[in-house]
Amino acid sequence: MIDIRSVGKTFSSQAGATEALSDVTLSVAAGEFVSIIGPSGCGKSTLLRIIGDLAEPSAGEVSVRGKSPRQARLDREYGIVFQTPVLYDWRTAIENVRLPMELAGRPRAECLSRTATLLRLVGLDGFHAHYSWQLSGGMQQRVAIARALALAPSILLMDEPFGALDEMTRERLNAELLEVRRETAATVLFVTHSIAEAVFLSTRVVVMSPRPGRIARVLDVDLPQPRTEGTRALPRFFELVTAVREALRKSGA
Amino acid sequence: MRGLGEYIPALIVFALGIAAWEAAVFAFSIEFYLLPAPHVIVASLTENWPVLVESGLYTFTEAVAGYALGCGGGIVAAMAASRSPAFAGLILPYAIASASVPIIALAPLAIVWFGIAQGSKIAIVTLMTFFPTFIGTLRGLLSVSPDALHLMRSCAATEWQIFAKLRFPHSLPYVFTALRSCTTLSMIGAVVSEFFGGPVKSLGVYIKSTASLFQTRQAWSAILVACALGLVFYFAVALVERVATPWRAPREAV
Repeated sequence: MIDIRSVGKTFSSQAGATEALSDVTLSVAAGEFVSIIGPSGCGKSTLLRIIGDLAEPSAGEVSVRGKSPRQARLDREYGIVFQTPVLYDWRTAIENVRLPMELAGRPRAECLSRTATLLRLVGLDGFHAHYSWQLSGGMQQRVAIARALALAPSILLMDEPFGALDEMTRERLNAELLEVRRETAATVLFVTHSIAEAVFLSTRVVVMSPRPGRIARVLDVDLPQPRTEGTRALPRFFELVTAVREALRKSGA
Repeated sequence: MRGLGEYIPALIVFALGIAAWEAAVFAFSIEFYLLPAPHVIVASLTENWPVLVESGLYTFTEAVAGYALGCGGGIVAAMAASRSPAFAGLILPYAIASASVPIIALAPLAIVWFGIAQGSKIAIVTLMTFFPTFIGTLRGLLSVSPDALHLMRSCAATEWQIFAKLRFPHSLPYVFTALRSCTTLSMIGAVVSEFFGGPVKSLGVYIKSTASLFQTRQAWSAILVACALGLVFYFAVALVERVATPWRAPREAV
């Protein structure tokens, strides 16, 4: 599905060259939920942006369903959720969700039914006509998730989507995300700072080390599906959280 | 829309100000040619009403025509410049420098170039309103956040779609900020340009000639008309702004 081969990324500035990523190799199969976790500056967002063709790798290559990231982007294979909701102020919630469909030139009738379905899916049925300043942070991020799903993309790239939310909202949105995902077959790449979030959501956790960003360890998460609130209380959940924390510590984070 | 009730404090302050003015003129026995009392100005306003209306419309036409040309040109030029952010970055400092030139100083020359009638005033107002609108619009078009652009890219949007669905709507609050301040600028430009010469029935000439004859009450009544027209212009544009940018929170409104 996604093949990352020896990808490196170097940023150059007046202060000199900074190596953000070094020799990253990773394969993601269709339907996987892979979290990438690491400290700030480990290049995890950069990796996500390279996969999504929002940045160019300095070395190595990425192929997505056998295509270049650029072709995959032009084929609208990606749905992206950023750390901030990035809602357009001048659009209501439903108009924001509709944006990718509009850009793809989908017929109006299809847009109407699909956007209504998506807003119901993320629990915002009564908020179609609200502008972003009228929504809470959690609601705004739900709109952003619905928008990312608008074209039923095969790959969902999420860059610390819940990083700016409080712990309670974050846990609720974690559970909701898994439910939403059951409706779509998307493969998910999920960048996060939170160990518990990574373990709870993922089928695999990729631990990265900082400066330059490398893959330190990859852990399989063998928690039973579907994940529920009860999952967080399982002894295995704690073992995995501890294992990820150990891996992060050993990697020098 | 704001309720009318919110304007009540402002109206009370206005009424108190007028009352204080009236009281001060009588308390300190100020000669009317120095500072006429408000009721004297109002009396002069009704006396000279036909002339003032004719002069007001003449000057207002100049302001609106120059405003339309200057602001329209500024918006179109900014859109063209924003096609190339590198080019826009290159000319923006010059545009900002031009905005600080006292364009009104060109008014006597404008008369040489465009004649004593409305043409020279329209030219000055056009120049005065062009640069602020150009700068405001260009800033609005270029200040789109990187992630907002990334979102467009990830949806495989075309350049035209990025302009129409992101840059343009994003720029509207900036554009309207410029458009509102240009209403005031355009009235100033028109009236002051007329000080350097124009037909008798224009506000600038009327103010200048009555003031030089110590007919201050007439001058004040013409100033009052200029203020009223400026306010009408300002609120008309503010109203268009409310209709054109319905998404903005009420607290943002002016």
